[in-house]
Amino acid sequence: MNITWYIVLSSLLFATGVLGILLRRSPLVILLCLELMLNAGNLALVAFSRMVGNEQGQVFAVIVMVIAACEVVVGLGLIVAIFRRRLPLNVDDLRELRG
Amino acid sequence: MEAVVFFVAAIGALGGAIGVIAMRNPFYSVLALIVHLFSLAALFLLLTSAFVAAAQVVVYAGAVMVLYVFVVAYVGGGGESAWEPIPGQRFLAPLLGIALFVELSIAVLGSALKALETEGPDVKAGFGDPAAIGRLLLEKFLLPFEASSILLLLAAVGAIVLAARRQETNA
Repeated sequence: MNITWYIVLSSLLFATGVLGILLRRSPLVILLCLELMLNAGNLALVAFSRMVGNEQGQVFAVIVMVIAACEVVVGLGLIVAIFRRRLPLNVDDLRELRG
Repeated sequence: MEAVVFFVAAIGALGGAIGVIAMRNPFYSVLALIVHLFSLAALFLLLTSAFVAAAQVVVYAGAVMVLYVFVVAYVGGGGESAWEPIPGQRFLAPLLGIALFVELSIAVLGSALKALETEGPDVKAGFGDPAAIGRLLLEKFLLPFEASSILLLLAAVGAIVLAARRQETNA
């Protein structure tokens, strides 16, 4: 398979993640869509690493995975904190910081 | 054979991604994301990156998704309100998504990178196996490796501080 196929698939997955963030209101699902976008980026990194024939892009992908894990941990901690304070779990209701 | 595996994995990845954004119940969204992650691991194997594929299955589909399942079980999936702060958001969003995909595709296909049309150069047998990645992580990329370990520690402490039950002041 040509590398182009992987890159087009990766951009399709990225666009799906963006669409989810625009459509959904639950912060849990928005975090899941962020994961989709990060994974699309990972697929592109690994595909380009194969194209160049060099493993450094794969190291980059592993680091992106670590960053994604950190983002998930902090995001889920925030969601649990929001739930504890009995605030609505809806990004459109939590808009006090929006001028 | 390789094309068959690619298309099966690509359909799995795309179906999982669409399932994440289409499911009403967040629990099913998490399950769809697990399908997506396993398909991506198969794609990584096709791209001869065994270590990234293994890390994808063990770290992502294993550990991170268990965290998600626990939080979904704790918070519970409620229905989402139909109120839209921007009128017509439900119809504008797919247009923007398609526009982004078209734009990315134009950027990739119009990039004139000749190697995109190949399967990449022939690589030796150990390409992307744990030994090669580990050598790169501990020699060339030692600083990012250590920085990401500190970041993981900070994230764990931060999550505990954020989610811990406060005893006296619960404003």
